[in-house]
Amino acid sequence: MKYIDEFRSGELAQKLATKIEQAVDPARDYRLMEFCGGHTHAIFRYGVQDLMPENIHFIHGPGCPVCVLPTTRIDQALYLLEQEDVILCSYGDLLRVPASDRNSLLKAKAAGADVRMVYSTQDTLKIARDNPDREVVFFAIGFETTTPPTAVAIQQAAAEGLQNLSVFCNHVLTPAAIQNILESPEVREIGTVTIDGFFGPSHVSAIIGSRPYEFFAEEFQRPVVIAGFEPLDVMQSTLMLVQQLNEGRYEVENEYHRVVTREGNTKAQALVAEMFELRPLFEWRGLGAVPYSALRIKQSYATFDSEQRFNIPDIPSREIKGCECPAILRGAKVPSDCKLFGTVCTPENPMGSCMVSSEGACAAYWSYGRFREQS
Amino acid sequence: MRPYTTKLDLKSGTVEMNHGSGGRAMAQLIDELFVRHFDNELLRQANDMATFEIPAGRMSISTDGHVISPLFFPGGDIGSLSIHGTLNDVSMSGARPLYIAAGFILEEGFPLADLDRIIASMGAASKQAGVPVVTGDTKVVERGSGDGIFITTTAVGVVPEGINISGDRAQPGDVILVSGTLGDHGVAILSSREHLEFETTIESDSAALHGMIANLVNAVPEIHCLRDPTRGGLATTLNEMAQQSGVGIEIRESNLPVQPAVHAACELLGLDPLYVANEGKLVCIAPAEHAETLLTTMHKHPLGNNAAIIGEVVEDKLGFVQMKTQLGGSRVIDWLAGEQLPRIC
Repeated sequence: MKYIDEFRSGELAQKLATKIEQAVDPARDYRLMEFCGGHTHAIFRYGVQDLMPENIHFIHGPGCPVCVLPTTRIDQALYLLEQEDVILCSYGDLLRVPASDRNSLLKAKAAGADVRMVYSTQDTLKIARDNPDREVVFFAIGFETTTPPTAVAIQQAAAEGLQNLSVFCNHVLTPAAIQNILESPEVREIGTVTIDGFFGPSHVSAIIGSRPYEFFAEEFQRPVVIAGFEPLDVMQSTLMLVQQLNEGRYEVENEYHRVVTREGNTKAQALVAEMFELRPLFEWRGLGAVPYSALRIKQSYATFDSEQRFNIPDIPSREIKGCECPAILRGAKVPSDCKLFGTVCTPENPMGSCMVSSEGACAAYWSYGRFREQS
Repeated sequence: MRPYTTKLDLKSGTVEMNHGSGGRAMAQLIDELFVRHFDNELLRQANDMATFEIPAGRMSISTDGHVISPLFFPGGDIGSLSIHGTLNDVSMSGARPLYIAAGFILEEGFPLADLDRIIASMGAASKQAGVPVVTGDTKVVERGSGDGIFITTTAVGVVPEGINISGDRAQPGDVILVSGTLGDHGVAILSSREHLEFETTIESDSAALHGMIANLVNAVPEIHCLRDPTRGGLATTLNEMAQQSGVGIEIRESNLPVQPAVHAACELLGLDPLYVANEGKLVCIAPAEHAETLLTTMHKHPLGNNAAIIGEVVEDKLGFVQMKTQLGGSRVIDWLAGEQLPRIC
């Protein structure tokens, strides 16, 4: 099994589509939030919604770590580039995200700043070793999936005695985000955003396990199905959510059991716990300030923490007027609700991060789905 | 050939400013490298231009700048690529390429050993294609002002009588074919670039297509469009032609030929083979009744072994390119926005 095509089989998809069709109760709607940008991407890229009955609605959540990063943090990275002349290593998606004054890492690079795109933290370590006279900063972002590799990088740097590497840490936590959405006024009290169930993130759960979601299922009485990233995973998980809702159950089920266990990757969890601690508060784009939702590097590893190594000023966030990213990230609005979508804001000229990141709702909708509206 | 006191040091010598200043050093560089490898009658005349008879018919001309990095990659180098690329562009009109002109901008300090290797490769590609490099130009810029070597090639050709191939001629109902596997070149380049380490056995598909095109045009003079999907991949080429012709395009994912290793590399890096560059493939749009003939003609040629019919042209004033996914759903294949950036998680 090569794990590429088997989970995209058209034949199996048709069978699942029939099962879902038979399972849904025509008298109700099923509003299912996919938390993770990877699921949004999969749904649009393969046209999964074309195989769904009319009363199944996918609501796009904030599971895109690029999308939820406030512009402040990018402005601060730009400060490091311009004022401290660092080599800034970053994952690709972050390069085009617009910061204040429409600046971005890519624009800074074009103006001469030393920005390097890396595929992994290993690339960053190599750059640090190859440039002992320069300060190297790794722009760390991501949910629980990418946190362990950052931890490993710090561990390796410490073991090698690297003097010139630090991490600008923006790692965020999934359960905190889910809780924030479920507790938001729109969902809890006003009821304008109904979310009946969740697709649990795939690779985050590989690290944290399925256990952390049991609290939500219980407390908020919503089913959670941990779903893999392939389109058949999404379809199978849809069926499982529909069945739970029909039967009035609200449990955590694991569709992605070829990768995810209940306990998760305990080794990775231990390593992360050794290096990182919770920030009391962290500003999320679209969700506002969320308590205990993000990580910072522990004091014992302070030399590897860019925020302790450099005197980075606090730069207030400036959103672009009319940009609906905050509402879209919460599932309160869809891309076509935003006045800037497709007019001023396109992938070539993104106004907000939902359009830049390949996992952002706006980018997915633009790239794969807008023909539905126009034809 | 003019006599020189010592031969060029092709082992450890480097390009110097005087190689571009028009004097004896430049003449020696041209003689011992360019003329030696390109060797043909017109070039040996040693003029600043080449003069030739114009054959009857319409002429086709195309030019390409080559700035690729790295200079040497699995399956080719900047030299062979510059020959193949320009020959392909000019022959996409159905033209038979006749002559190539080549301009070089060299950076001071560029190793002569590398230059020799590149020019030798160009000479070999030119010979294999049967199209000579008949004139050229050499300039040298100061160290730091150029990335080693930049090559510009221009090719001229003649279009056979009765052939009218252009990007704006696609009609609803036309069939769309692709001549082979997608994404080979782009993945081969990524695998040799700095900071990206993974081993594949993928080689660039860089090749001159004019021989196969001659066969195609001969078998089916009614071909409407031909284009090679280079930067931006198949997706960009289809979008260009859809827009030029004012039509829509529908393709089927399960019909797209992609090597398993390229598929796997793209999965790993978060790239879509539809957007990855090809340098030895073409897209052909023609009236549907010629589909089988075109497919067979491609299959018979060594460069068209994996050719496939991938879709058709439809009525659509908005010019969308859509794809039926292997899952059975539908999605838009959009223009590429910026560089393809990999996923982070």
